[in-house]
Amino acid sequence: MRLIESIGEWLDARLQIDATIRDTMQHRVPRKSASWFYVFGSAAFAVFLLQIVTGIMLALVYVPSAGEAWNSLQTLNHNVALGWFIRGLHGWGSDFMVAIVLIHMVQVFLFGAYKYPRELTWVVGVFLLIVTLGMAFTGQVLRFDQDAYWGLGIGASIASRVPVMGPSIVNLMLGGPIIAGATLSRFFALHVFVVPGLLIAFVAVHLLMVIKLGINEWPMPGRIVRKATYLKEYHELTQKDGMPFFPDAIWKDLFFSALIFLSIAACALYFGPFGPSGPPDPTIIQTAPRPDFFFLWLYAVLSFLPPSMETPALLIGPVVIILALLLLPFVFGEGEKSWRRRPLAVLTILLVAVSLGTFTRLAVYTPWSPVMDAWSSIPIPAEFLHNRSALERQGALIFQDKQCHNCHSLGDQGGKRGPALDAVAVRLTQDQLIRQVIQGGGNMPAYGKNLTPPETTALVAFLETLHPAGQSPARDASRAIALGSEAGAQPSTNP
Amino acid sequence: MTTPSEVSRRAFFTKLGIFCNGIVGLILAVPIVRYLLSPAARERNPGYESWIPLGGLEQFPSGETRLATYRNPVVSAWDGDTADIACWVRNVDGKTYQVFAINCAHLGCPVRWFPQSGLFLCPCHGGAYYQDGSRASGPPERGLFEYDYRIESGKLLIKAGQMPTPGQASNLVREIRTCV
Repeated sequence: MRLIESIGEWLDARLQIDATIRDTMQHRVPRKSASWFYVFGSAAFAVFLLQIVTGIMLALVYVPSAGEAWNSLQTLNHNVALGWFIRGLHGWGSDFMVAIVLIHMVQVFLFGAYKYPRELTWVVGVFLLIVTLGMAFTGQVLRFDQDAYWGLGIGASIASRVPVMGPSIVNLMLGGPIIAGATLSRFFALHVFVVPGLLIAFVAVHLLMVIKLGINEWPMPGRIVRKATYLKEYHELTQKDGMPFFPDAIWKDLFFSALIFLSIAACALYFGPFGPSGPPDPTIIQTAPRPDFFFLWLYAVLSFLPPSMETPALLIGPVVIILALLLLPFVFGEGEKSWRRRPLAVLTILLVAVSLGTFTRLAVYTPWSPVMDAWSSIPIPAEFLHNRSALERQGALIFQDKQCHNCHSLGDQGGKRGPALDAVAVRLTQDQLIRQVIQGGGNMPAYGKNLTPPETTALVAFLETLHPAGQSPARDASRAIALGSEAGAQPSTNP
Repeated sequence: MTTPSEVSRRAFFTKLGIFCNGIVGLILAVPIVRYLLSPAARERNPGYESWIPLGGLEQFPSGETRLATYRNPVVSAWDGDTADIACWVRNVDGKTYQVFAINCAHLGCPVRWFPQSGLFLCPCHGGAYYQDGSRASGPPERGLFEYDYRIESGKLLIKAGQMPTPGQASNLVREIRTCV
């Protein structure tokens, strides 16, 4: 014991660091802030440390070469002892880190922690969110599989829309004219050197400010932040009703971080690593590329944007969002902190959460995408074919053969791209059906050039049988009269 | 010991030192920036595109649309499979051809040809194109990208080498003609 003490004294006589560490660890925090709500920042930091360790371990085996990366991932998964588990830790760690950073941000927002004097802490936090998402995206690229390859294509297509500079930006991003060896090399450099470097720098500044300015006090309704008085009030609070971070407040952070590590390990163990999916061979086109979980909402948004909105939304949207986040503490730097007195803040969080959740949910089952093999693998349910005439059954055959089933469902089977056709005859008359099939419209391609008149007749005859029992198909009331008066065919039925 | 003149002399040298480093920094910045921008600078001259054979015309029967692949003209040894690029070749009437890029004009996913319905369909966001490459439905703002082609001693050649993207003003991508 005496030996350790004397070594410690010898080191500190040279490093002169003891007082700094003591001050940092024992900085006073308000008693109420030592709460389970205040553990997310430290948990994000803990997961970041896990990502550094597992990332270095993966780099021992991973080959950052377009020709070999995919094979080296297979080696990691199958030939290196517990390589799959380390990949699982790194992959799930990434998802947990994004999730915890988002939760941390919501907590900080709802507790008003971005207000004076912690504006810059929030601003650096916004940069931390951006670089964390940057790590998630570049990491997904390093898992160099089909999803990564076509994901890069999507990134390049978005970047190319920048006015004037677009094509040059694409070449800079890809490191050449196509997605190839140079592309993976530069994303490796980004994921391993550039973005982590930024992340470490921002984390250092972020933490420094948390310690220098003190952790946000527990927001009390009615306790108003004023620039003139806040610092004095906060100092009094920490002196009167505060405690040292170490050893009195840190234990909750430690327990929560341990719980998060355990959860990541459990996910890695139970669900295993992410992919890789098919090899990055662009001649294999039987693929449906899909981004990782935290970019799924964007994937859904991109399929719902109307063509005219696409480029403006892609280029202006992110700028507006980031600017809004950066300006938040400067516009609302004073006033109420408690979410109980800030209904607009609560509503904003709810709106964003519901929107992101909805888009993510939609992206899981991609209703906008045709089911490419429905025409050959999903038969029309038998009840739609009972007691049908030969012409109508021929129409059903054309429905399958011309791949209508890829976009339209019958009996809840088939594509969800277009409307379900179970009761289409109630909605559209015969003439409207013919027009819709031949000319398309409303996001449906025109099939006029691809169907012969007999095929159209048969198909429409089948579509006209699609109505619930006991409900008659839609009929154009003027049709009989129009045809009757023109041809004079049915004078006896019209008295 | 120190007189005002000595202090200002040292301060002057400090400023001079900073100035010298600024000059050296500028000189070093030129090659560094040139190095970083090299992938984009190449585009000007001679460019990334060149004429690439897709194979004999007999592979592309009249009235049909077939998948063809080629090795990208600009490659490095470690590109692996990524330098093999696919495209769709449509033999319109035995004499005229259309060669479409595999990349959807929306966000670059690989489109698939369905001869049964006569449509190109994209698996990502549901873009659809007619057999002549014109836009049929979905989020794309335009028709499929089309390569310039020529026929030489019974072989089909296309001018390619750069991944087509929506914002590209390169001559590689021709405007799609109206419905054939």
